[in-house]
Amino acid sequence: MNSVKKIMLLLVMLLITLTSQAQEKVEMADTMRSNGRIYVVVAVVVTILLGLILYVVRLDRKISKLEKGN
Amino acid sequence: MTDRKNYMYKSWWKITSVILLLYTFTAGLLLEVPRLPALQETIRNLYFHVCMWFAMMILFTISVVNAIRYLRGFNIKHDIIARQYAVAGIVFGLLGYITGAIWASYTWADPNKPALNSFSTIARDPKLIGAAIALLVYFAYLILRDSIQDMDKKARISAVYNIFAYAMLFPAIWILPRILPSLHPGNEGNPALDVKNDISGNMRMVFYPAVIGWTLLGVWITTLKIRMSLLKEKNML
Repeated sequence: MNSVKKIMLLLVMLLITLTSQAQEKVEMADTMRSNGRIYVVVAVVVTILLGLILYVVRLDRKISKLEKGN
Repeated sequence: MTDRKNYMYKSWWKITSVILLLYTFTAGLLLEVPRLPALQETIRNLYFHVCMWFAMMILFTISVVNAIRYLRGFNIKHDIIARQYAVAGIVFGLLGYITGAIWASYTWADPNKPALNSFSTIARDPKLIGAAIALLVYFAYLILRDSIQDMDKKARISAVYNIFAYAMLFPAIWILPRILPSLHPGNEGNPALDVKNDISGNMRMVFYPAVIGWTLLGVWITTLKIRMSLLKEKNML
């Protein structure tokens, strides 16, 4: 392996590390996660989901009652 | 009519649905996801937007199975079941479409172009047009049904149409969008199901339970509507 090839290889390696670093810099909601406020969102979303499910459960019970009445 | 052995009156799968959805909403927001440019945190929409389409496809499949069952025995109960599953499928399809529109407007729109320009690019996407055609075919199913007064005729014609509508789903949302170039991911294979190079294992841990949870919720709501219709039917006779 001559020196030109070695340098080329080194450059390619450098490029690979550079691109992999660039990939790591994708902006995510890291600050939101680090101070824990994401749990507030989870709490809100889960509350809404539970409310809707409670509604469906009550509907289910009501229909069951109607079915027994007939 | 209300035999307690029927799945509609069992509660174990309803509880499963609630547990899986709670898991989807918490783990879906908290677990690590791959860091991808442009998508960023919106990749979490996979647990919600994609599941709508999965649930729609499953509900439409149950609908067409019941349409065929109706044509085999002419039991009006199967017609009621087929209709309610089709309606639930349409609801999930619409939700999938709306959520897709919101998602696309943030990830596909080109910030360097005027908003109207990027909108016309997005609106021309074959996946969106295919999904719109599929949903319109099912809207026509409901219109056709409700325009016929005679109950048996209504059931028979709409059962036959249901089979055609289901067949139309395949070119409209499975075949054509994959032949044409699209911005939508999954052109090379099965979106979200490609084990090798699509979504990471971490995401599949939430995605598969999410699909089951959302589908079961759709089935649950549909069974409530079926039971209501059966009650109405009983009172009429």
